[in-house]
Amino acid sequence: MKIEIIDEKFDPWQSLVDYKRDELQNNPKIGASSVFLGTMRDFNEGDEVESMELEHYPGMTEKYLTDIVNNAIKKYKIIDGLVMHRVGHLNPTDPIVIVATWSEHRDNAFNATRAIMESLKVEAPFWKKEDTGKGFRWVKPAASQETTESTNEI
Amino acid sequence: MGKVMKLYIKYFASVRDMMGKDSEVIDIDTNLTVFGLWETLTLNLKSDMKVMFAVNHEYVGKDFKLKHGDEIAFFPPVTGG
Repeated sequence: MKIEIIDEKFDPWQSLVDYKRDELQNNPKIGASSVFLGTMRDFNEGDEVESMELEHYPGMTEKYLTDIVNNAIKKYKIIDGLVMHRVGHLNPTDPIVIVATWSEHRDNAFNATRAIMESLKVEAPFWKKEDTGKGFRWVKPAASQETTESTNEI
Repeated sequence: MGKVMKLYIKYFASVRDMMGKDSEVIDIDTNLTVFGLWETLTLNLKSDMKVMFAVNHEYVGKDFKLKHGDEIAFFPPVTGG
């Protein structure tokens, strides 16, 4: 498993190739590789976005990402999983997050990658702040994910 | 006077902006829930902000009882990915 928080621009594809070669030794049991890449858009909620700051809670972030991937390994019986996520200053087109899973058959990898990404969106403590050129604003979570068990209305 | 416990508090994102600081260490009476602590810290602030609570890097509900040495984090709903 690879969990990494990265504070500078990175090449997600090269990272994948390196990990599969060096850590998975191109494991011949792997029949399916599934990858999700999230990249930064130059618009959000009707406004142009010039750049973005991404912050996280060191320690808690790594713990939750590790738990999320471990749960996916158990539930979807994947061979391995990888999550790399940016923090710091990002510009449009920059990679934000890459999630990859490897399994014997495609269903497991497809489903695990999706499940890891959906859990990351609601559990991993990251926050985005956008610069629209007119000022900074904190990004609000999508309406569909606003209510979780541990969200408390004050 | 009851026993006093030391708590290590962290604020992130918009909660940090509202509090005007990113962390603090406080000594406070025992038998406090995480929500009780939040109410104490924000007594003079008017806010309808949604806040999530984590203690020692785990999400907890509002009734979670704090103990000496805990690291408590307050932050808005997460927006990574």
